[in-house]
Amino acid sequence: MTEHLSSAVLDVRGLCVEFPGRHGTVQALSDVSLSIRPGEILGVVGESGAGKSMTGLAVQGLLEPPGRISGGEVWVGGRRIDQLDDKQMQQVRGRQIGAIFQDPLTSLNPLFTVGAQLVETIRLHLKLSKADAKARAIQLLKEVGIPAPEARYDHYPHQFSGGMRQRVVIALALAAEPKLIIADEPTTALDVSIQAQITSLLRRLCDDHGTAVMLVTHDMGVIAETADRVAVMYAGRLVEIGPVAEVLKNARHPYTRGLMGSIPALGRRVERLNQIDGSMPRLNAIPAGCAFNPRCPDAGPRCRKDRPEPAQVGTGVAACWLNAGGVL
Amino acid sequence: MSDALTVNDLTCNFDVSAPWLNRVIERKPRQFVRAVDDISFSVPMGGCLSLVGESGCGKSTVARLVTGLYRASEGEVRFAPGKSGEPLSAQMIFQDPYASLNPRWRVRNIIAEPLRELKLRNSEAEIMERVGELLKIVGLAPSDGAKFPHEFSGGQRQRISIARALAGEPEFLVCDEPTSALDVSVQAQILNLMRKLQDEMGLTYLFISHDMSVVRHMSDRIAVMYLGRIVEEADTETLFANPRHPYTQLLLETIPDITHPKRGRSIAASEVPSPLNPPSGCTFHPRCPFADARCKSERPEMRSFADGSRAACHRIEETVKAINAA
Repeated sequence: MTEHLSSAVLDVRGLCVEFPGRHGTVQALSDVSLSIRPGEILGVVGESGAGKSMTGLAVQGLLEPPGRISGGEVWVGGRRIDQLDDKQMQQVRGRQIGAIFQDPLTSLNPLFTVGAQLVETIRLHLKLSKADAKARAIQLLKEVGIPAPEARYDHYPHQFSGGMRQRVVIALALAAEPKLIIADEPTTALDVSIQAQITSLLRRLCDDHGTAVMLVTHDMGVIAETADRVAVMYAGRLVEIGPVAEVLKNARHPYTRGLMGSIPALGRRVERLNQIDGSMPRLNAIPAGCAFNPRCPDAGPRCRKDRPEPAQVGTGVAACWLNAGGVL
Repeated sequence: MSDALTVNDLTCNFDVSAPWLNRVIERKPRQFVRAVDDISFSVPMGGCLSLVGESGCGKSTVARLVTGLYRASEGEVRFAPGKSGEPLSAQMIFQDPYASLNPRWRVRNIIAEPLRELKLRNSEAEIMERVGELLKIVGLAPSDGAKFPHEFSGGQRQRISIARALAGEPEFLVCDEPTSALDVSVQAQILNLMRKLQDEMGLTYLFISHDMSVVRHMSDRIAVMYLGRIVEEADTETLFANPRHPYTQLLLETIPDITHPKRGRSIAASEVPSPLNPPSGCTFHPRCPFADARCKSERPEMRSFADGSRAACHRIEETVKAINAA
């Protein structure tokens, strides 16, 4: 176990994030632990507001004040980063952690050419001459599959289509050869046929460079086809984490099972989709015990009283009393 | 089964020219986008036809043409007579439940507006009674009527939009991506509700979506659109079992599948061309693996098949000819 953790690129232990406000403190993340090994893609799924993007932001030190990390540790490449100040964090971002955001149009500066933005990022982190940086920028554009990279180098973001823009953003994230890439909904703004291109590109880059990827998405299909392991989040907590095939076929948490059942299947047609009644609790009104208990078909008295700890089940980890055996 | 809606040779052009002064100074001609290009389809009474395609293919424009929010440049949209003898009344459910509800109105007034506007109830008491009924039908409590839209989650807001659409007592509902702004678990709730309403009220749906798995769940028949044209139309099961058009094949190939993930497949690196300047001939030819010289020059005609499906592709036509000749 310890050996596995020391080899991990990203190691998050018991991460808690809170937002103090006028009406009390909101616990946005509560005791989230996960790790990603080199060359591995970890998918993070959940409904809106489950805390999946928040996890990515907290790791990058990009929480909007007054939000703050109130507990736990974040280790990247064997170095603890959650206590670094803003200036040190700027060195970490880009160099150690690359970021890909949902909307490729807003994450690029419309006033500079794609080449200028790439060169700026490269020279910020790597000691290269202008000419070398340009050569590297063109090399990166080529690597992410942009046709005629020499000509495209001088183009502005608006001259690219959505899929091509997202490729540029990926090139930017790769610019300084980071060990970890955090991709927050990288394919959500794209059409399905383009989506498939981008996920297979991510997969290939991950394999070629040994980069660890945290893929935050709400789309189970994308996870199924891209990720190695998947973490399922609910109301700011991690409910289940394990190998993709295992979680998809043999989920250990009732929420994961409900989520899988609510996705319309392509293979067979059903009259009625399996639905989880109700909705996720607001973060300032999380019920006692297991956060999922009011919606859970199998909840017992114990679920309403004690919060389940994440525990090893089969090849994965799930936080549910059902797996602990005994009386609920 | 008779048709509830018939659309014939529908075309819609949008003027996207630069402002007058720019045109004069820069000597630019007027410019038009053909958002919908000569499409025909029909929706059977009580059924559900889905239009699918990628963004910019014109599916939402068709929805808006059908409900009369846009005026067609050419062609006709005809509703069959409903129970009253008048043409079927249609209502629309919009994509974004955050933008389609007035944030300053109470929910009961949002739902009552069609009742008041169409004079479906006489007294205020009857209107409020009907609003309560409608809220119950969509799975909310009558007391929710006193709240404002911001007090509801996305899924609940979409329920309010459905209640408002039902208030006009429609026999035909146009649903423009009703679940694409929602999470999957909430999407399942809304899709189940829509199916239940269809069974109980005998509604006919024109369903617009880009999500093939949602479309498969909801519809009896599917029309695939590409750059303003319908390229293939078939019964749901036929389309999934036997996609004829290369574009439909591409669409089905690229959907991420949870039960059988297709890892490590190769994807053709190409994108949808600009609708401002669509390719000649068959608009799909730059992305089509089977395209030849004829596809570049000649627009393929819609062709019907024995199993009731239709597709517009030269290759299918030639294959059929070759089989017949042999």
